[in-house]
Amino acid sequence: MLREFLVGCFADEDGARTAVQRLSARGFRVHDVFTPYPVHGLDEAMGLRRSRIPLVTLAAGLGGLLSALLLQFYCAVWDWPLNVGGKPRNSTLAFVPITFELTILFAGLATAGAFLLRARLFPGARPRIFDGAATDDVFAVVLRRRDATFDAGEARRLLLDSGAYEVKVKELGP
Amino acid sequence: MTASLRPVDRPAPLAASTLRPQWVTGASALRHVTDDIARPLAAWPGRGWWLCFAASSLALLAGAVAVAYEIATGIGTWGLNKSVGWAFDITNFVFWIGIGHAGTLISAILLLLRQQWRTSINRSAEAMTIFAVMCAALFPLIHMGRPWMAFWVMPYPNQRGPLWVNFRSPLLWDVFAINTYLTISLVFWYLGMIPDFATLRDRATGKVKRLAYGLLSLGWNGSHRTWSRYEITCLVLAGLATPLVVSVHTIVSMDFATSVLPGWHTTIFPPYFVAGAVFSGFGMVMTLLIITRKVMHLEAYITMHHLDRMAKVMLFTGSIVAFAYATEIFTAWYGNNPDERFAFWNRATGPYAWAFWIMVTCNALLPQLLWLRRVRSSVALLFVLSVLVNVGMWFERFVIIVTSLHRSYLPSSWVMYTPTLVEVAILVGSFGLFFTCFLLFIRFLPMVAIWEIKGVVGAHPHSQKEAARA
Repeated sequence: MLREFLVGCFADEDGARTAVQRLSARGFRVHDVFTPYPVHGLDEAMGLRRSRIPLVTLAAGLGGLLSALLLQFYCAVWDWPLNVGGKPRNSTLAFVPITFELTILFAGLATAGAFLLRARLFPGARPRIFDGAATDDVFAVVLRRRDATFDAGEARRLLLDSGAYEVKVKELGP
Repeated sequence: MTASLRPVDRPAPLAASTLRPQWVTGASALRHVTDDIARPLAAWPGRGWWLCFAASSLALLAGAVAVAYEIATGIGTWGLNKSVGWAFDITNFVFWIGIGHAGTLISAILLLLRQQWRTSINRSAEAMTIFAVMCAALFPLIHMGRPWMAFWVMPYPNQRGPLWVNFRSPLLWDVFAINTYLTISLVFWYLGMIPDFATLRDRATGKVKRLAYGLLSLGWNGSHRTWSRYEITCLVLAGLATPLVVSVHTIVSMDFATSVLPGWHTTIFPPYFVAGAVFSGFGMVMTLLIITRKVMHLEAYITMHHLDRMAKVMLFTGSIVAFAYATEIFTAWYGNNPDERFAFWNRATGPYAWAFWIMVTCNALLPQLLWLRRVRSSVALLFVLSVLVNVGMWFERFVIIVTSLHRSYLPSSWVMYTPTLVEVAILVGSFGLFFTCFLLFIRFLPMVAIWEIKGVVGAHPHSQKEAARA
């Protein structure tokens, strides 16, 4: 089933930000804003929560830390203890560098992976494009008509008042 | 009454242009930024690019032949002997790893410090990091003699005991540090390019390009919900990469510092190596960008302001390196250890004194010219200095490795080391690999971060337009 969207196109970030602020103030729920670069101040205007991706980083980092310690302890102390330079078998201090590196490796890969999963980015994904120039120089504010209470006329007026040079209706599949 | 309650009017903030230099000159519209940076990717490369490419692929070919000969014949084709078991190859390894460090510094540390000038140069600096780490990894690999057994450095269950790798050896720490560094740098680099791939996808005309950029862009469409997560992800990765880059060269320095050889066994090595790495890396970024802005006509994006900033970082890190040299020599004298004193006296006056003095001249003395504004604003002088910095930093590693090994505790083992043609060809080949990769990169991938430049231009559109008019 096709969904109906109202797309307001702006030539600069200020117009788009103002539009989102005004729309939110009037009770409209902004579906998304498509911009060529991250526009600051939109998070607050759209009422987005802070991403929880750093929690993934923390968990994966702890996982990396523990795996590295266990690996080194198992290999060098438990499974095949070798006397290297008369050092004690469990010479934990010598295990610090590899533990550090694996912590960073696990945390970094998990962070990037979590981002790609959450943002549904993968090779071959078909992008949902509301305005073809949003990756070039257009700032597109998009509203979705969910039900009959959506006041398209009011939304269109607010978008134009904020400086949109074009407001169009677009239908896209889910 | 109402007047007294009204808050005091704040003075209007100064326009961005009066506070800091213009990081982008010329383009005032976002579309022009896309056009300017994407144009070289669509056009047939010019004569300058082909000349550089021909030279670098020839060098790569020479290196490939030398490596093939060395692997087929054995490590005996190198000039190594019983005393100097590490020489050219490990010098090259440390040299290339050091080059990589500037890329991470520019992309991660300057991101955390919110330095806007990084936006024009971070992408190419990150690419440089990856190619430099690839060159570096080549050397320990071929030094093994039997590179097809390289997987033995990884701890995996095996039928030799199981015999595990030695986790107490700095050489194994290197394996983990460099693999982590390469992986995280690749992830950071690729993640940074996704929005630009989408931009290129949406303006591509050919079917193949559209498909290729489409696959690479992973379906990016510029959604703010994604941008918001993206910025947090980049910030977290930068926070992880910052200690990582410091750890990598620290661990490389421990290859030397944890031994008992005079001239190697010092606690100053980790900070000294990290500063030297950033110093040589900025030298290489400068060399590459001066060539690139000329060949690809990007003078409006990689401006004199950028070169000036990079020159200042070179001056700063170069001064740290000079200070470290002085500290080493002072400690050798003040520590009153005869072997340590001999090692440093031998460096400065022994048979390899010429290498020591090249190092001191290029790394400690010449960069001090960068105090002068006239030097920092001359592209030709900056180019010469940046090349000399890398010559000096290569010799620094040569001096550290060879002078300490060729006269160690046992005088009966004192020998001289001379590189063979094979070793020199492999060094030339590593430069060939590096420059070939870099030239292909500027030909096929967005070498300036389009979306980050737009962020700088778009956030201050008026000041940019005023600057364009002025």
